[in-house]
Amino acid sequence: MTDALDVTLRLLAVLAAFLVLPLVVGQTEHKVMAHMQGRLGPMYAGGFHGWAQLVADGVKFVQKEDVVPAGADRRVFQLAPAVALLPYLLVLLVIPLGPGDAVGQAIDAGVFFALAVMGVGVLGSLMAGWASANKYSLLGGLRTAAQLLSYELPMLLAAASVAMAAGTVSLTGIAGAFQWWWLPWQLVGAVVFFVAGLAELQRPPFDMPVADSEIIFGAYTEYTGLRFAFFLLAEYAGIVVLCGLTTVLFLGGWHGPFGGDDLGWFWTLLKTAVLAFVVIWLRVTYPRLREDQLQKLSWTFLVPLALAQIALTGVVKVVIP
Amino acid sequence: MSHGFLSPTGVEITFVLVGLVTLGAAVVSVTTRQLVHAALWLVVALGGLAVEYLLLTAEFIAWVQVLIYVGSVVVLLLFGLMLTRAPIGRSPDADSGNRGVALGVAVAAAVALVWVVVDAFRTTWIDLDGASAGTTEVTGASLFQHWVLPFEALSVLLLAALVGAIVLSRKRNADSGEGGER
Repeated sequence: MTDALDVTLRLLAVLAAFLVLPLVVGQTEHKVMAHMQGRLGPMYAGGFHGWAQLVADGVKFVQKEDVVPAGADRRVFQLAPAVALLPYLLVLLVIPLGPGDAVGQAIDAGVFFALAVMGVGVLGSLMAGWASANKYSLLGGLRTAAQLLSYELPMLLAAASVAMAAGTVSLTGIAGAFQWWWLPWQLVGAVVFFVAGLAELQRPPFDMPVADSEIIFGAYTEYTGLRFAFFLLAEYAGIVVLCGLTTVLFLGGWHGPFGGDDLGWFWTLLKTAVLAFVVIWLRVTYPRLREDQLQKLSWTFLVPLALAQIALTGVVKVVIP
Repeated sequence: MSHGFLSPTGVEITFVLVGLVTLGAAVVSVTTRQLVHAALWLVVALGGLAVEYLLLTAEFIAWVQVLIYVGSVVVLLLFGLMLTRAPIGRSPDADSGNRGVALGVAVAAAVALVWVVVDAFRTTWIDLDGASAGTTEVTGASLFQHWVLPFEALSVLLLAALVGAIVLSRKRNADSGEGGER
């Protein structure tokens, strides 16, 4: 009985994090972008600095009509948002917040699970792009697929490097084995992982698949109401998941300068929040990469860097047993 | 503890049910007349296979199955379909007229595989309560201790395929005009 209760509580906690954290990131993006661009952002909804703006947005999305284009493939079109959103919920389940069992569900091959399931999320964009029966959507879907195929490789290689360093593929194990000098040692891998993750989420400057000046909103062009909101939510949930994974893999997870294991959850959340801020910062700072620049960055820059990082990891691992 | 077919456990029932779903998705994916639907049903079939691995305690293999097949192979398939032709609705011209031969080959392959697997693992049972036999550590150790030669042979085969792909793609570029690059 206590087992069942324990599992239920963990699932509820993960679900709560899944519902709250993406909205926090979204609201932060509103405000941070506004201040970086010398304006205020939402100020009225909810009173204090427009904190309820996203809730109001949500209510607006719910009220909108759910339109399926006449020429669309109805079932695939309607299924796509769920396929895009749910994988991130599953990944959130395995990201450890602190040492020991402060994790939704510890998995032996956590790194593989996280990366595998994140890759499935992209199928949602592909399904949406194809089923919309719209050439802009189809182009968006094609760009999504091309982007995933080229950035999945450096991301996996960078994760493999840190798994080699820790000698385990369990997320809890990797964060547990972390030492401070891993930061400079795995720095290149961390940057490659983070950049490739941004590209996989289609965040600026890698937002070619949804480039508004060329293809309207890519695969999501035909979506309205709640289903459209699901795609937006998937993007923010993706930011949370990517920042959490980078924190656990490369920044030492719950290790902090003081406080010990009791403050572990705080350090994990703080590092994730700082990374999320960087994601938003990059969006405001960098112009969109062109499609060929995007492919070139991955194949001629990130993949060799990731391979070099693996070689470095191997050498250090052999020299310092 | 005795094992029998007449008193199935929950895991065994789940295994059979997931197997039926996988088989059904696989059959639909080769019989449907909608190209992209075939690829999407393939996702269901490959995902079902991953669940089967998971139920057999081969956790590592299950995630790799999802990572490679669902995450990359199907995405590549869909990319190829969308790049060439992926109409919404039926594609009657997609049938090649080899239905009978394909069915024969498929049935023969299935019979051979089922026969071999049944013959090889007739009385083997997995102890679900004991130490897991499919963790990353166990898989890695057996792969690089007992099966390292087949592993290396496979990697050479993959390398050959990679080189072949590069040669083929460069050759077409050279044929189509003044040096592929423009």
